[in-house]
Amino acid sequence: MSLIMRATRRQMLHGLGASGLALAAGLRPRPARAGELVVGFIYVGPKDDYGYNQAHAEAAAILKTMPGVKILEEEKVPETDDVEKTMESMIELDGASLLFPTSFGYFDPYMLRMAKKYKDVQFRHCGGLWSKDKHPMNAGSYFGYIGMGQYLNGIVAGHTTKTKKLGFIAAKPIPQVLINVNSFALGARSVDPSITTQVIFTGDWSMPVKEAEATNGLADQGIDVVTCHVDGPKVVVETAEHRGMYTCGYHANQAKLAPKGYLTGAEWNWITVYKMFVEDVQSGRPVPNFVRGGLAEGFVKMSPYGPAVSETARSHADAVKAEIMKGGYSVFKGPLKDNKGNQVIAAGAAYPETAIQIESMNYLVDGVAGSLS
Amino acid sequence: MTAISASAGAASITVPSGLAPDRTYPARRALEAVGIPLAALVIAFVAFSIFLLALGKSPSDFALLVWKGAFGSWFSVQNTLQRAAPLLLTALCVALPAQLGLVIIGGEGAVVLGGLAATVVALPLSGAPPVLVQIAMAIAGAAMGAVWIGIAGALRALRGVNETISSLLLAYIGLALFNHLVEGPLRDPASLNKPSTWGIGEANMMAALPGTELHPGLLVGAIACVLCWVLISRTSVGFAARVTGGNLRAAQLQGLKVARLVIAACALGGAFAGLAGMIEVAAVHGRANASLAAGYGYTGVLIAFLARHNPIAIMPMAVLLGGIGAAGGLLQRRMGLPDATVLLLEGFIFVAILASETLYGRILWFQPRERRA
Repeated sequence: MSLIMRATRRQMLHGLGASGLALAAGLRPRPARAGELVVGFIYVGPKDDYGYNQAHAEAAAILKTMPGVKILEEEKVPETDDVEKTMESMIELDGASLLFPTSFGYFDPYMLRMAKKYKDVQFRHCGGLWSKDKHPMNAGSYFGYIGMGQYLNGIVAGHTTKTKKLGFIAAKPIPQVLINVNSFALGARSVDPSITTQVIFTGDWSMPVKEAEATNGLADQGIDVVTCHVDGPKVVVETAEHRGMYTCGYHANQAKLAPKGYLTGAEWNWITVYKMFVEDVQSGRPVPNFVRGGLAEGFVKMSPYGPAVSETARSHADAVKAEIMKGGYSVFKGPLKDNKGNQVIAAGAAYPETAIQIESMNYLVDGVAGSLS
Repeated sequence: MTAISASAGAASITVPSGLAPDRTYPARRALEAVGIPLAALVIAFVAFSIFLLALGKSPSDFALLVWKGAFGSWFSVQNTLQRAAPLLLTALCVALPAQLGLVIIGGEGAVVLGGLAATVVALPLSGAPPVLVQIAMAIAGAAMGAVWIGIAGALRALRGVNETISSLLLAYIGLALFNHLVEGPLRDPASLNKPSTWGIGEANMMAALPGTELHPGLLVGAIACVLCWVLISRTSVGFAARVTGGNLRAAQLQGLKVARLVIAACALGGAFAGLAGMIEVAAVHGRANASLAAGYGYTGVLIAFLARHNPIAIMPMAVLLGGIGAAGGLLQRRMGLPDATVLLLEGFIFVAILASETLYGRILWFQPRERRA
């Protein structure tokens, strides 16, 4: 027993020494290099998730190569007051003056509180909620119209499916997700109106087990093309590949995970936005508060076609994409019915991606199997 | 009072006549309670250092950054304490039933439902004096939490259902119920892409503690810990609880109302967890939404075990874990370590402290002199 005692005492001394050292050196401030712009990125999940967070981290990695820019990154920051402290820590301890909290739930009240407290710091949030009347001028938001990407996914899926049954694994029945589900289904039905899309809601943004179960469930029903809107499509894409299904990607490029079955994918291209913000700050121009764009503006891009995509599918999707690039293209146009038979868009009405009417979407279109509650 | 006289009586009996009373024993016993966990922490850190060296990272840099991020400045200290605040209450939800030998791990359910109940009560009261609203919210939150964990206690006491499993499953049910209500009947239609309830109103939010940015949850948590310590170690009810935890049969033979004690301890623990949820709503989020399910209930389990279910020890342990969390961001940014590093360090600490349990009573220097002879 005395042996244990001695060891413990020695280790305690060791520990005391280490903490003394830490005390002395911990007070040393870290000077920010003159003229260097420190930019902070905050992610809600791991930055190598093949999905939402990776899409942002890939852009951050490109920013790192720009001169005079220093990038800070923090992953897996929850949507609580933790994110306030992360922002504050980046500002106080690392001298950040431009912050990108990238998760939707960071905005209200957390980022707004920090924007009020640190008026010299620019905050730009991914999600699109900033309004001039309600929010501080050093805050702002940006987002991309990715529904068009899902529409193109749907066209390619519509040409590829043999069973005429598609699957969509979604997190929550919120407008952003419903726009994607409906766009995908409408894209497929523009190829063949008999195609149906089965949607499954997992209930949350990152539910790997449920996502795998859902994918297997879809495969068992004879569905042969699947896509998703969850934070990390990795599980869905890999499971689908194992089950011999085709997949359309989302958020980032998942071709590596499904070399055989990956058709194409709707990807974010955030570098367009981030580069613009950084250059504005560096050159002292006013930084825009509200920024949005789609395929035409380079906010969204499509994954290169996989080996399973037919020539017909390519030329059809490319032709529609060329139309979209001209601007003003409407996926949602009347007469359109939801999957309960109610008319949701009257004949003659057409809503392009920028239309405010589709921002509060609360229905599944005709041809989608599934329910919102 | 029963507890004191019993132990004092025992001590006077065991001192053999002719030997001087062992005056330093109480101090040594206190030192045992502090020294063993400290030694375990040092061992955990040494083991973790080996891991860091294997990765080619410097343990001294690591220690420095943990110090800087957790305690190195007033900002860092507030960061640490803010993260510790909800954990004080959720740890009590584990530590109180643990006095009776129960292992309750479903505090998360009480946190989210407590937060929701508090919000629901606040909504119709808008316009009433904020103090009244806050009191009503606290009562509602605590009552909801008490009912939820009380169910697990009642199932144990009346039907013999394992409380560990039932409390965990109740947490899943609670979360599902919470999501259903927040995304359905209680949803503010304006919360499009992050379903939330209506806000409780800026006026009803709890103000920060004077001179700090810390919310009052820290103070409430600390007071609750002290009160629980008094309850457990200085009252006859607490003594009865510990007797039951020590030997159920003996307690029953003594005529203790075991079933009542079990349900009461669970309900009281649940009330603290529900209060934690109420404070999150009233001091941080302002409304109930998915941000409430941040895992505080589960981290509370970790802390209660680290503190060996001693309410006083919960305070330093919560600060320890809060500090590691606060430093986590700095570790990611400065050392390029992934977020999982923090989990790994917590894992090392947890295993070391649990393993050190076997040392209590075995290092003779800490023991009464007559036992060493």
